[in-house]
Amino acid sequence: MSLLRVENVSKHFGSLVAVNNISMVVEPGELRAVIGPNGAGKTTFFNLISGFFPPTSGRIVFDGEDITALLPARRVWRGMARTFQITEVFPELTVRENLRIAVEVAAGNRLNPWLSRDADGEIRARIVELMDMGGLGEKADRLVGELAHGDQRATEIMMALALKPRLLLLDEPTAGMGDQETYDITQLIRKLHREEKLAIVLIEHDMRVVFHLADRIMVLAEGEPLAEGTPREIGANEAVQAAYLGKAAA
Amino acid sequence: MRGDDLQKRAATAIVWLLLIGAPYWLPAIGGYTELGTRVVVLGLAAMSLNFLLGYTGVLSFGHAAYFGLGAYGAGMTLRYLVPSTGLSVIIGTLVGTIAAAIIGPMIIRLRGVYFAMVTIAFGQTFYFIAFRWNTVTGGDDGLIGWTRQPLNLGFATIDILKSSVAFYYFVLVLFAVAVGIMAWLLRSPFGRTLLAIRENERRARFLGIPVDQHIWISWVISCCFVSLAGALYALLNNFVDPRTLYWSQSGDFVIMAVLGGMRSFWGPLLGAAIFVVLQDYLSSQTQNWMSFVGLFFVLVVLFFPRGVLGIIRRRATA
Repeated sequence: MSLLRVENVSKHFGSLVAVNNISMVVEPGELRAVIGPNGAGKTTFFNLISGFFPPTSGRIVFDGEDITALLPARRVWRGMARTFQITEVFPELTVRENLRIAVEVAAGNRLNPWLSRDADGEIRARIVELMDMGGLGEKADRLVGELAHGDQRATEIMMALALKPRLLLLDEPTAGMGDQETYDITQLIRKLHREEKLAIVLIEHDMRVVFHLADRIMVLAEGEPLAEGTPREIGANEAVQAAYLGKAAA
Repeated sequence: MRGDDLQKRAATAIVWLLLIGAPYWLPAIGGYTELGTRVVVLGLAAMSLNFLLGYTGVLSFGHAAYFGLGAYGAGMTLRYLVPSTGLSVIIGTLVGTIAAAIIGPMIIRLRGVYFAMVTIAFGQTFYFIAFRWNTVTGGDDGLIGWTRQPLNLGFATIDILKSSVAFYYFVLVLFAVAVGIMAWLLRSPFGRTLLAIRENERRARFLGIPVDQHIWISWVISCCFVSLAGALYALLNNFVDPRTLYWSQSGDFVIMAVLGGMRSFWGPLLGAAIFVVLQDYLSSQTQNWMSFVGLFFVLVVLFFPRGVLGIIRRRATA
């Protein structure tokens, strides 16, 4: 069974059609990239999947269940986590505290007024594990707001990962980063995909990253689907080259 | 990190020593026990407000409603139902808490100024009811014809009516319980979800925290303890009038919290102490005492946005 099935979703803001009749199927363990020129509706499409706002029409099915009308928190409980184009973290808390909140919520403790010694030990161990995976171990007790952009992004990704999602949505994970940071984040995403067998959908502008990582690519233009296929197919697609890659190359 | 921890513990110990010793050292510096009781009661109200304001990031401008409901609940219990101080405190606290729990779902979706405005509106509704319903509430003249009763523990009776020192300790014990529960909650996983909402509501939502539900719980806890403070305030004065419900009373709580420092646990208590002492001293000198409190408040907010405790902290770490 497909993990995510988006069926003919559209989103209108007044008379503006931001997303028009897009469908997409994501299989478990797949890494899917969504690309397109600015204003193509990529982030709107993401917001529909994660429940930031409801679609004007269409249906979203996650793991066989219709989630079109569910609030974001409930989508998270079913195994969907996301990051944002502009990093969303808890800036005045440390890396450790940021991760702690995510880990505790994921372990079902969000309403808990008390943690047993065992439960606390498990949570601490999980935090260390996540910090190591994200390369954040040395920055554990620094305030996240004081960290470099790449480390803030890594913290956000590890918080999403703390939720033990089956589908991870990454909105432009390398936006605004230098070459080294882009490389580090790309390696991190690849590792999550390969080692954690995580299904990932990502929006990305950096074509090196997209063609390096993605199993399949979907191209949007002006709110509509333009093409879909493997990186090789997309690279050879003339319509895509005309609408997007051509412009980038020129 | 460890030094920080030690410093916090030392500060907490000093606060408790000062509170426990208050009836003995206050007269020595020209104060009196009732003044200490006022500080503790209003400090509890400000700390309860700060549970919501400082730790959840939600500004209520209507906490006087629940403070007043607690006060009327306690006063009316003693006036009409039973001459029991213990029951009056319990009923007063329950009345305010239940009202907050019912009103909560109507307002928790609102944010920022809209939330503040609607909390004022609800508060004023209760004010006008108390003001107009002469036969039951005593209207503008207030609820009179009752006093707090000696505390009957079964094996002994403590006369909290005649002995102001005994009443002070009665209030302090309830204060300790309330403050202890709040401190404990803030250090729990639930408390950390409140910090998460304060820091970044969007991130909290997409971590799987149902934000509205958590704000409702924080709101009810905050209003519960402010109702308790209201009940104790009625017992302290042996009197309740509609001004305990008035929106400017809510404003006073916000001033106390911000004045003392809303990012610190004890800040609002310090704010309440400054407010009460200034009021006590200045109101015997001039009718316009509030102008001076206001001026002081503006200066603190302009130059020390983290409150008076924020100044002390900065000195300590610099």
